[in-house]
Amino acid sequence: MAFLKINNVAIKGISACVPKRVIKNRDYPYLSPEEIEKYINAIGVEERHCAVQDGSLCTSDLCYKAADKLLNDLNWNREEIQLLIFVSHTADYKLPSTACILQHKLGLPISTMAFDSPLGCSGFVYGLGMSSSIMQNGYIKKGLLLVGNTQSFYAAPKDQGTSLLFADAGCAVALEYDENAESMEFDFFTNGAGKDALIVPDGGCRHPFSPNSLVEYSDENGITRTNLHEKMDGLEVFQFASRNVPKSISNLLSEFDITQEKINYLLLHQANKLLCEKIRKKLKFELEQTPYNIDRFGNTSGASIPLLMVTELRTELENAHLEFIASGFGVGLSLGSVHFQTNKIICPSLLTL
Amino acid sequence: MDFKEFSEKFAEAIEMEDASILTLETKFRELDDWSSLGALSVISMFEDDLDIELPVDAFKKAITLEDLFLLIK
Repeated sequence: MAFLKINNVAIKGISACVPKRVIKNRDYPYLSPEEIEKYINAIGVEERHCAVQDGSLCTSDLCYKAADKLLNDLNWNREEIQLLIFVSHTADYKLPSTACILQHKLGLPISTMAFDSPLGCSGFVYGLGMSSSIMQNGYIKKGLLLVGNTQSFYAAPKDQGTSLLFADAGCAVALEYDENAESMEFDFFTNGAGKDALIVPDGGCRHPFSPNSLVEYSDENGITRTNLHEKMDGLEVFQFASRNVPKSISNLLSEFDITQEKINYLLLHQANKLLCEKIRKKLKFELEQTPYNIDRFGNTSGASIPLLMVTELRTELENAHLEFIASGFGVGLSLGSVHFQTNKIICPSLLTL
Repeated sequence: MDFKEFSEKFAEAIEMEDASILTLETKFRELDDWSSLGALSVISMFEDDLDIELPVDAFKKAITLEDLFLLIK
């Protein structure tokens, strides 16, 4: 168990931005209407917000808009922000880090500590763990965690496993050093033996881009893609998550004596409805405690938990004290669960770009 | 559980209307109603109704319904 307990860091605001462009799964040309309904029924995705993948709209643009609006609504002096972490698998460039670009674009001071962390579905929980760990000793008073992905970029059009599922979003979380903050507790988990369960094989240093990277091939299930697309072994991911997410959350609850009855909401990475429902039932959370937006926003990787908070819980976040359990899980294979609380935070309505 | 009950659960999981055509020899991956989604549904069925955590490797190797049926024994 990799547990963490963080004192003195509070979430002060959360915002999210999605592309304006909506793709309706019922318009998907490679499946029959009956097959599409079956898919929607099980996986839960009816439509998704997706960027056009020509460089005109990147993850950093979505995160920029979310962060800019959040900082304005919080009325924070940007000169006081000293930490920016950008958690994403869809950076602007191979190098430099997108966090450096965003530091400048957001008008943050050159005294800012800024770096990227390439993680996917577990990214929000890991990002919250990293940023709050850095801030807990009190030198850095204000920080920004930006989590996002434009992962529809990696979906092969004829691969229904990914192209009906993946969607895009960018989120911003504002953190402040606060000695009165309620603690946050984390549990992290990694199983790199499952690296091939979700992988874009080519374009990194292990398999550099080559003309062969562009060649379409048919895999053992007859699905056509190139090695620049994401290959997903849905079964492996499903099994990994359905077994380990309940375990991780149970461990978290028992290690830190957290009373499940006090939890207002269980926030699950919007991986797919079938899987999330399985996890919810194993943990014995009520449906009313477990918000979903996968029907309208698909699977937005690391952005899905903060996006869920913005689209489903915005009014409550602004007006009430809330206690959450959240879990992000997927590519890596990587998993993180967190217990945290918010108290009347700033939460602008969903932004689009 | 006998095979008849098992095959009915299997048919329900993959939303197949007529379970009566299913036999021990049925190559389930060749069924019209089979899809990658079906695999998730069947794994879920094993877990929810039968309380069995199916090893993914064994599931991937299974060809006939008998192979699957033996996994729950």
